[in-house]
Amino acid sequence: MAAIARPREAGPQEAGRQEAGPRRSYPVWRWVILIVAGVYFLVPLFAALRFAGIGAFGSVISETGFTSSLGLSVRLAVVTTVVTIVLMLPTAVYVHLRLPKLRRLLEGITILPIVIPPVVLIVGVLQIAPGFLKSTPYLLALEYVILAMPFAYRAIDAGLRALELKTIVEASNSLGAGWGSTLWRVVMPNLRTAVLSAVVLTVALVLGEFTMASLALFQTFPVWIVVNDQTSGQVSVAASLLALFVTWLFLLVITMIGTRQARRTGGGQVTLFVVARQETRGD
Amino acid sequence: MDQTVEAPGSLADPGALGPSGSSPAAARASRATLTLRWLRRIAGIVPFGVYVTLGLLLPMAAVAVGAFQDNNGNFTLSNLHAATHGVYLHGFWQSIILSVVTAILPGIFGLLIAYAVFTAKRGTILRQAIVTASGVFANFGGVPLAFLFVATLGASGLATRWLADIGFNPYDHGFNLYSLVGVIVVYFYFQVPLMVLVILPALEGLRPAWREAAENLGARTWEYWRFVGGPVLLPSFLGCVLLLFGSALSAYATAEALTSGTIPLTSIQIGSFLNGNVIAGQENVGKALGLGMVVIIAIAMIIYVALQRRAARWLR
Repeated sequence: MAAIARPREAGPQEAGRQEAGPRRSYPVWRWVILIVAGVYFLVPLFAALRFAGIGAFGSVISETGFTSSLGLSVRLAVVTTVVTIVLMLPTAVYVHLRLPKLRRLLEGITILPIVIPPVVLIVGVLQIAPGFLKSTPYLLALEYVILAMPFAYRAIDAGLRALELKTIVEASNSLGAGWGSTLWRVVMPNLRTAVLSAVVLTVALVLGEFTMASLALFQTFPVWIVVNDQTSGQVSVAASLLALFVTWLFLLVITMIGTRQARRTGGGQVTLFVVARQETRGD
Repeated sequence: MDQTVEAPGSLADPGALGPSGSSPAAARASRATLTLRWLRRIAGIVPFGVYVTLGLLLPMAAVAVGAFQDNNGNFTLSNLHAATHGVYLHGFWQSIILSVVTAILPGIFGLLIAYAVFTAKRGTILRQAIVTASGVFANFGGVPLAFLFVATLGASGLATRWLADIGFNPYDHGFNLYSLVGVIVVYFYFQVPLMVLVILPALEGLRPAWREAAENLGARTWEYWRFVGGPVLLPSFLGCVLLLFGSALSAYATAEALTSGTIPLTSIQIGSFLNGNVIAGQENVGKALGLGMVVIIAIAMIIYVALQRRAARWLR
């Protein structure tokens, strides 16, 4: 579902240690599994590429509504990301420092949006939202903050666990920094990877969200893809493939940046998300 | 507004009580000072609490209340009655069948892929590629995914033509991409990668030392899995499967785009209420359906949490 930074030992050493153990030869069944999976996941991509044709990729940009819908999605992504970070980062830091007993509760609350279907949530939102909010697409951004919470909180939380948060905050305070400057100039830089994964997750979520946008009748990029499909199917398929590749590229870059940083500092490593992690390991 | 400030406050209680309860001096301090201190303590999470209350809890409460109201706001059980009978009951069953199948099968398949990836230590590139790809595909859904499969397994899709060329046209054997079976096949596309992502950490929790110890004691591979690996992994595995269940149940966009809303799934039925395809007098049935989904997911989550607790015990 997403990527998260989580604390672990420096990657290379761990890999080396496990490799040193007695490794059996690589059995056939593993290749069979990987080949079956490869066929299942790659054939549809290939089929879509064949269907769209190379030419369609060029004409995506000139299609009516492409620029405005993508523009709206990007604006929503920016607003959502900013609100998410401004809301979640101080809260997570505060809870870690002052109210550690509330951590489990916060974990519980932030996982709720995963289990509550967006289609149900939007029903309630449209009922209670005041008129001025319902008429602006930024209502979506406010709700996307809620949808992004599980990933954003877990990413930041994992980053905080890997830090000697108390020590660095006390050091910063005793050097005369206030809360704001401690957050911005001391905690933030130490959480770069974690915040980066939170941002990527949030952006990916906003750029791909269809359910709420379509039911609230706003034409974001995913909604446009569907609407446009009525007139030119090939261009819509091309746009879908483009969106997929861009997200992939995004995640790859983030993972690579994170891994490089982890090698240098021996700190957190960007790995792909997991809800189960914290629960299975305890703390 | 009063209420919204109070909500996080009451939640903060255990944290505030801890230190004050342990020291007799603090216990004797005046009530006002304690309240003030407690308010100051929780001040840091008030913005978050207010946001969650307004953006998540209130809308959900509105759905729950609306499920018990008729169009004039009077109390009624007719919405719930409608939601648990006829086409809507059928929708719940279809949704549950879809979710169970696309939780268990991708769960097993995802576990196998994850294990293959996990043991492929020397091919780090393969591992990195599969894990990142899982991150992308698990996020992939909705309309683009539907397009992919129409181009592949639609009546004139690429794979359909390939299969027809070798004499097995799936459409001659009862397959239809726009039916429940078709939706199940498509859901695999994001459920399997999701399973790979959530089960990998649990696999990493299997310490190599356990396997070595088992082997030193003379255990064979299947004995290791039967008595060591399996029992350790089982609770996490079941927990992940429940997560997949919730993911499949709440998915809306993919099935909607694939079947144009013709397939009777609860999430799609709720969506059709918002799209205005409603019989007069039944506007609030959609909310009753929403409440029903939340109840189903709540039951699944309770099981999930219980299983995770067990997993935590095993891995200590």
